[in-house]
Amino acid sequence: MSAAPVAVRRGGGAERHRVDTTVASQDEGAGHGAAAQDPADLPARAKVAVAAGKVTGAVSRAAGRGSGGVIGGRVALRLDPRLLARLTAGRTCVLVSATNGKTTTTRLIAEALRALGPVVSNALGANMPAGITAAMATDRDARYAVIEVDEKYLPAVATQTTPSAIALLNLSRDQLDRAAETRMLAQRWRDGLAGSSATIVANCDDPLVVWAAGQVERVVWVAAGQAWQEDAWSCPRCGGVLQRTGQEWHCAACDLRRPQPTWVLDGEALRDPYGVRVPLGGLRLPGRANRANATTAAAVASLFGVDPHRAVARMEQVAAVAGRYDTVSYRGRQLRLLLAKNPAGWLETFDLVAGADAHPVLLSVNALGADGTDTSWLWDVDYTRLRGRPVLVIGQRRLDLAVRLQVAGVDFTVHDDLDAALAAAPEGLIDVIANYTAFQQLRQKVGA
Amino acid sequence: MSQGRPAPGPSALRIVWIYPDLLSTYGDQGNALILEYRAAARGHRVERVDVRSDQAVPEQGDIYLIGGGEDRPQRLAAERLRRDPGLTRAAGRGAAVLAVCAGFQLMGHTFYDEQEGVLPGLGLIDVTSHRGSVRCVGEVVADSDPQLAVGGAGLGPLTGFENHMGTTLLGQGVRPLGTVRVGNGNGAGAGTDGAHAGTIAGTYLHGPVLARNPALADLILSWADGDSAPSPVDERWHQRLRKERLAAVGA
Ligand SMILES: [Zn+2]
Repeated sequence: MSAAPVAVRRGGGAERHRVDTTVASQDEGAGHGAAAQDPADLPARAKVAVAAGKVTGAVSRAAGRGSGGVIGGRVALRLDPRLLARLTAGRTCVLVSATNGKTTTTRLIAEALRALGPVVSNALGANMPAGITAAMATDRDARYAVIEVDEKYLPAVATQTTPSAIALLNLSRDQLDRAAETRMLAQRWRDGLAGSSATIVANCDDPLVVWAAGQVERVVWVAAGQAWQEDAWSCPRCGGVLQRTGQEWHCAACDLRRPQPTWVLDGEALRDPYGVRVPLGGLRLPGRANRANATTAAAVASLFGVDPHRAVARMEQVAAVAGRYDTVSYRGRQLRLLLAKNPAGWLETFDLVAGADAHPVLLSVNALGADGTDTSWLWDVDYTRLRGRPVLVIGQRRLDLAVRLQVAGVDFTVHDDLDAALAAAPEGLIDVIANYTAFQQLRQKVGA
Repeated sequence: MSQGRPAPGPSALRIVWIYPDLLSTYGDQGNALILEYRAAARGHRVERVDVRSDQAVPEQGDIYLIGGGEDRPQRLAAERLRRDPGLTRAAGRGAAVLAVCAGFQLMGHTFYDEQEGVLPGLGLIDVTSHRGSVRCVGEVVADSDPQLAVGGAGLGPLTGFENHMGTTLLGQGVRPLGTVRVGNGNGAGAGTDGAHAGTIAGTYLHGPVLARNPALADLILSWADGDSAPSPVDERWHQRLRKERLAAVGA
């Protein structure tokens, strides 16, 4: 492992700091270095739990209910509530949480850390404790664990896994009829992470994230940008109105302000703490949001001694994440599959489809349980960005979308399903943007 | 865009959206966009003013919109609005107001805040709000008050989505906006949704309530421009959406 020093900001002054990757291994006193706890060392209760989880997972897979991981994990956790702690003891853990980009960033960090050896990760996006536990049980030897965590569970998972680093990307409105208010989530992070021994790698351009990380001793600030600002006008600390000039922001009523970043996304490249520019043009994942994810991932990887050039070279190999950004051929068309779950996600996705030639855009919106059953968020999305493009509309809630697009002055046609929409579209490339369950349905349909 | 009818006056129709930085949790911008769209389709020149909570509320608007938010932004909005005479003066001279969810509560005498308890609202309409015992989440259908009409017809059933903990009691000076058939409206067991008095309407149908209720949009517009028989606007998609949503809850 390279011993390159890493600049970390602590309060106002810069200092050199490097994460001690052996701390976690002392936790259970197993005495086998940083390797994950051997199966033989797991207490009997945990062994039973892992075995039960595997059986249940296999049954669930056989019954055609997805990968089986979540159900297996749930059963295992019921038998041994400390199982996640046991399965991560001895590993170096990195947690990733955010409203948007956490699956992709988790993948990018995992890819970068594989420069150091095997990495276990919940790559399929099962990001609640049961899914994380199931993923950790699949590979017990990997020394590094890179874990995507649902925003609501971050403090609990941080307590169980004693991470070395936590990446915090952004917070914005999502699935509002079931999730907590955005600021409440930030509060939960702030309280839950206070006093954490982890190094937090956090986006200085998101005021909610900055406030949430405010009680942590070691923070590496990354200027990762924030296209969506509608959830960050009101100061999370005091309720004052935030003032913005260029990239800077500060509260008019208290001293909360944008911290100085040490890592910066600067157009098509990242800039590391030494001012070294590393081009991001070779990334196969498209768009500004993914360059931001890569910048954060590089900052995390450097904590463990992976040079940013090397980290980015490894990230360039990632072409699609759980089907997202995949281009598939279907019925004579090339469909580029883009997931957008909430207003901030849609905004970043419009950046991807803008500037291209005027090929059609197909939109699909559902409001099933996993999407949130309320469609009012559609009115937070600036669909005027699609003016001038032929837009095809499908999905369970296509009529909600039709009203929205009409008021936005977009040319659109509404179709019963994907095949009907494609029959009305020219051959060639089509950008497909869908929310959560609509995206899963489309993937299944086109075999991506 | 225009349906051929000239604007009724030389001045623009001013739509004022109050505190989008605090009260726009559920796509509340939708109501502003829909009113703009319909007014423009009828030949109005529309001027939209978004008022951030560190700015003064202008007194000369024609339509005022105020939306939803959780406890904290609602409390902050109330503090700032109580110090600002703009909305009260505008309402006093008959400007139209559409107040949704937390915004609806703020139009009344008092509302309940988790942290501070009972707090004063603006008292523009005769309602008081309290904290309910259950969270009301889901589709709502309410038969609109038969006294409300625009273009010679009633508004028909109101359809929307609610997500709140509030219960609102209506005083003598107001009528309910609708009688609830599905969902909760003014709280579990209340049997009504919203309230109206003069040119102020409030509802728990949150966010873009006008997307599914274009007749309510026309009613608000008629309060502002005095045109009680507005020319038709292409609302095929609104109507299909209404039908689908009403059918989805068996109403
Ligand atoms: Zn402040």
